[in-house]
Amino acid sequence: MIELVEYIAKALVDHPENVSVNQVEGEQSIILELKVDSEDMGKVIGKQGRIAKAIRTVVKAAAAKEGKRVVVEII
Amino acid sequence: MKTLEKQAKTVDEAIELALEELKVSRNEVEVEIIEEGNRGILGFLSKLAKVKVMVKPNPEEIAYNFLKGILRFIDEEVKISSSFNDNVLKMQIEVQKAGIIIGKHGSTLDSLQYLTSLVVNRNTKDYVRVILDAENYREKREKTLERLAKRMAEKVKDTKRSITLEPMYPNERRLIHTALQKDPGVTTKSVGQEPNRRVIISLR
Repeated sequence: MIELVEYIAKALVDHPENVSVNQVEGEQSIILELKVDSEDMGKVIGKQGRIAKAIRTVVKAAAAKEGKRVVVEII
Repeated sequence: MKTLEKQAKTVDEAIELALEELKVSRNEVEVEIIEEGNRGILGFLSKLAKVKVMVKPNPEEIAYNFLKGILRFIDEEVKISSSFNDNVLKMQIEVQKAGIIIGKHGSTLDSLQYLTSLVVNRNTKDYVRVILDAENYREKREKTLERLAKRMAEKVKDTKRSITLEPMYPNERRLIHTALQKDPGVTTKSVGQEPNRRVIISLR
């Protein structure tokens, strides 16, 4: 799942070298913390969080296949 | 982006040379004229024309690679076919279990479509509209929404009360408006803020 979030984020931003994803295991869910260049924040969040929502939806679909609950947080 | 600089007697000649070397046609590139060139007098003081030719990234290729890159995490065996006409890029995803890729009310399909459109339009001058489909979902959803619109319109006429539908995307709301436009008994309008904008059907 880390690779998927990383892949999507890198395709959207201007500074792909500054994209990093950190995985935190919770009891029932996995939290993926996405970090991007401060200039690229808008590129992964979007107007009213539309891009962030789309990323979450796609990641959730991929995770559902593995029967996991995944939360994507942008920090 | 692949670029090439060429010099020749005229701008047109320089472009021709570049196109030949890059093996592309005129509409696949963007041209920047660096030097106009000058024939001079009887060959004296003549200056060569200089152009910079850039191959435009092909939206179909970008979209295909991006989608394939995402879908490999969901299903190894996906096939993507596409067609590109008049700046509309239509893509079909073929997969065993399309349910995961479509999602509830097409939410996953819409998200994939939105992300693909962002990636495709990053470097393009003309906006490319991306339409993503799997298992003819879009067409089926269209028919479902039309039926829903007609059914709700009848209900409004029977009960003489307005009905508010669930929040929908702009293209889906447009479908409802269009489906009921010719119905003399009801009128439709949208209220609320995206992404919670809803259609209200009421008695005319």
